Amino acid sequence: MSIVLIIFTALIADNIVLSQFQGICPFLGVSKKGSTATGMGFAVIFVMAISSVFTYMVYYYVLVPLELEYLKTMAFILIIASLVQIIEMVIKKYSPTLYTALGVYLPLITTNCAVLGTANTAIDVGYGLLNSFALSVATGTGFLIAIFILSGIREKIEKTDVPKCFKGFPITLIAASIMALAFAGFSGLFA
Amino acid sequence: MERLKVKDTFLNGLIKNNPIFVLVLGMCPTIAMSTNLKQGFAMGIATTFVLIFSNMFISMLRKIIPDKIRIPCYIIIISTFVIIVELVMRKYLPELYSTMKVFISLIVVNCIILARAESFASCNRTFDSIIDGLSMGLGFTLSLSVLGFIRELLTSGTIFEITIIKNFPQMQVTSAKAFGFIAVGCCMAAFNQIRINIAKKKGVK
Repeated sequence: MSIVLIIFTALIADNIVLSQFQGICPFLGVSKKGSTATGMGFAVIFVMAISSVFTYMVYYYVLVPLELEYLKTMAFILIIASLVQIIEMVIKKYSPTLYTALGVYLPLITTNCAVLGTANTAIDVGYGLLNSFALSVATGTGFLIAIFILSGIREKIEKTDVPKCFKGFPITLIAASIMALAFAGFSGLFA
Repeated sequence: MERLKVKDTFLNGLIKNNPIFVLVLGMCPTIAMSTNLKQGFAMGIATTFVLIFSNMFISMLRKIIPDKIRIPCYIIIISTFVIIVELVMRKYLPELYSTMKVFISLIVVNCIILARAESFASCNRTFDSIIDGLSMGLGFTLSLSVLGFIRELLTSGTIFEITIIKNFPQMQVTSAKAFGFIAVGCCMAAFNQIRINIAKKKGVK
């Protein structure tokens, strides 16, 4: 598959949240305001891009030669968790402005299944290093697009009179489903 | 430390603090894996298994694990059991495993498990933690099965792959995905309404 195709598929047609249902927790959890949503989105892109390189290296240069492929899940989650910690420390030291923007969201990313899911997908499909990097960046950007749109919708919903039992998450899920339908319109485009 | 009643702990996860409809944890496997009853049920059981054993081990080791690196420790314990589930399913249920592969390995980052480890297992007795894991897991399984039932019936007119409604207009894959969000949203609203009604009744009395 060509790299352009990978990017567009991950970005829109096969959006990580709306079509693959990964990373729904932060998608619902931190989409109340536009600014926090974008902060989370950028943090995800950042971590995903870096973790894709590391997971690729560890899988092909450590786990495969040692025939320890079944430890993939454990290895990957540890890589992601420690990467998040290191990134947090580095950013804190060298870029306080970026830290104040992303800081709160970074620890949350460890439990974002989209990061682990994308790392797994890249390995399962058998992409090379460049392709898996592209996949990760595009997937992260797809996440940013989805969470940003949802936050816009939620800001509008705040001002409307929603039935009591639908308040909060239920109405957000229904808004997300309509978004998913809109995104599904692209699904045949690049196939 | 006060002793918790087994019954209270058990009912807590099943209804009062139902992980999906009340705590809203673990939404990814909920929406992705409840497309049909079989998958939903299998996912629920797999999560329950991991939840019980991770809760058990974390609460046994709670005095040994240093506070500062507790999260990585929890993750290692959890991922051990996830790998066990993966290997067992690959061997004995290869067909089911191939469709659920992605989300089985994502049990590691399922918020329910980490949340229970952090908020319950790390500060309660081993026995209570096992009961808590069991009840949270069953609450999760129950919710997934209900969702799976509704979604399978309305998307393809079948239950457990047995045709219930003949000549049912099949839903397209893409709209079935969007339907997942709506189904979960409506079930959550229904659950909320029931809780509001119960609260009202109690208020009247």
